[in-house]
Amino acid sequence: MSIKLKHIKKTYDNGEEVLKDINTEIEDGQFYVLVGASGSGKSTILNAIAGFIPINDGTIEIDGRDVTNLPPKDRHLAMVFQNYALMPNLTVSENIIFGLKARHVDKEVQQERLNEVLQTVHLTEYKDKRPTNLSGGQRQRVSLARALVSDAKVILMDEPLSNLDAKLRAEMRREIRALQQHLGLTVVYVTHDQTEAMTMGDQVMLLNQGRIEQIGAPLDLYNAPANTYVADFFGSPAINLLDGQLMGNRLQFVNGVEITFNHELAGPVRIGVRPESVRLTPQGAFRGRITHIEPLGDGTNISVEIGAAEPFRLKVSDQLNLRTGNEIAFDILPDQMMLFDADDRLVGLGPINELAV
Amino acid sequence: MQVNRTKQIGNYLLLSVIAIILMVPLLLGISLSLSSSSSISQGNLFPQKLVFSNYVRVFTDTHMAQFLLHSLIVSGVVMIGQLVLSILAAYAFVFLDFKFKKTAFVIFLSTMMLPFESQIIPNFNLMRDLNLLNTYSAMALPFLASAFGTFMIKTSFEQLPPELKQLSQIEGLSHFQFITKVVMPYCKISLITFALYSFLTNWNMYLWPLISTDNDKVRTAQIGLRQMRAQDTASNWGLIMAATIIVVIPTMLIIFFGQKYFKNGLTSGVIK
Repeated sequence: MSIKLKHIKKTYDNGEEVLKDINTEIEDGQFYVLVGASGSGKSTILNAIAGFIPINDGTIEIDGRDVTNLPPKDRHLAMVFQNYALMPNLTVSENIIFGLKARHVDKEVQQERLNEVLQTVHLTEYKDKRPTNLSGGQRQRVSLARALVSDAKVILMDEPLSNLDAKLRAEMRREIRALQQHLGLTVVYVTHDQTEAMTMGDQVMLLNQGRIEQIGAPLDLYNAPANTYVADFFGSPAINLLDGQLMGNRLQFVNGVEITFNHELAGPVRIGVRPESVRLTPQGAFRGRITHIEPLGDGTNISVEIGAAEPFRLKVSDQLNLRTGNEIAFDILPDQMMLFDADDRLVGLGPINELAV
Repeated sequence: MQVNRTKQIGNYLLLSVIAIILMVPLLLGISLSLSSSSSISQGNLFPQKLVFSNYVRVFTDTHMAQFLLHSLIVSGVVMIGQLVLSILAAYAFVFLDFKFKKTAFVIFLSTMMLPFESQIIPNFNLMRDLNLLNTYSAMALPFLASAFGTFMIKTSFEQLPPELKQLSQIEGLSHFQFITKVVMPYCKISLITFALYSFLTNWNMYLWPLISTDNDKVRTAQIGLRQMRAQDTASNWGLIMAATIIVVIPTMLIIFFGQKYFKNGLTSGVIK
């Protein structure tokens, strides 16, 4: 089932605009991630799709049907919540068939579907327990099972993994993604976590203060961010954004380093360099003192003072025998540079010219 | 450590003194109810010999059994009425949207500031005009709407995670299904607490049942106790004490078994 959002606008009573002209199309069977900082409007979009809140303008279509003014129950969708929303007085089974009971589905059908989803989420042996006796991961599985049992083809998920610890989160990420692909579900997934957005989504919408910053496949957002906000949002450690000046065929970085660089633009620019888009070399054009070093085992994160606004973040895949205060030199890999104009919009990518000092 | 210890001893000492002051009348009552009248008239505070005849005579020689039944009916009706009406009112204040909701609630709450004594005369006039004096209705009607109950239950409804409301919307639950299947089970403890509180308050009510009745047809146990002293049994302290103990028993039971509910229910709105 596809979902179309056309010119969605939402303004609170106090005049605060929470959604400013949201347009997108979610295809059938797609894992669609809404990501953004808190207050960006991602949950508002989800609530609008579910029908919990009225919108001020625009239309919402589910499967070609205009549902803008329909109540939630007529939109044929299911939802998974951050805090699970389980009834503490009901057993796992009773919680799962809660909706079926309310809709007076035939008892035998209820049992049949219940057993099916219990197996899908591996909870068969817990079916008679109460939620309070389950771990966080198990509770979220119950919540997932309740969404699956309804037979809804669209499942909305509102930060379902935020209450779980890191290890469980990684496990559930895989599980939810596998389940979605196996069952061909259309999932709209809200998260503030860039890792979840990158690893789970077919399509990702990054929101900022009620506006869409960019929509695209995860790697497109990473490799070709539409602006510095998108560039900064994805990636850990965050991208380095260096101020620079374009003059003819020269690009001068804020710290004085100059390279040959051909671009029709002239004047102030910002250059985006991912922490991993560097090569350590003693002859490197960039050099400075290490202000912070994090050995990760499978690699090392380093911050280097290079005379720019903030230390330059490096990420290398080696274990290094270095410590804070040591001198280090590196080059930026020219074909992975991103060029942003004075308005922070992406204007150039990759090998614009050979990097030469 | 030493200071804590002294403080603790002080606390326990204070609590013990208060407990003794509170317990003495009760224990004295129990002691007298088990004494024969001759023993009491000799000035003995403790029974020479345990007698249970006072308890038997409460039911054979007085109308106490009837009074207790009346009390049970009135308190039961008021408890159920208050519970149902408070749940519905609280539901409207928490889950429904309507104009002037906050103002309406403030006005609603402000009725708590009017002491019942000040409402006695209008209430009496109303009941008289409706020809309801000397009926259960007269005793129950003025108490069916409870601002305190609505307030307490509203506070507990507000603790319901909004996701459960959203889930119910998706599943298409009606208001009634949402109340009975989601809200009430979730707020069970507060509801039980309020029900017990409501029952006790009415069980122990004296003034209104006395005013709204002028014969024994529907009078309650509290008035029955008072009457025993006014009538020829006045000097029979053993009998009066036995009747008193019987009337106090429901209170004791509810407080004893309901303590955990009171503790959780009355404070649940405060924590968090």
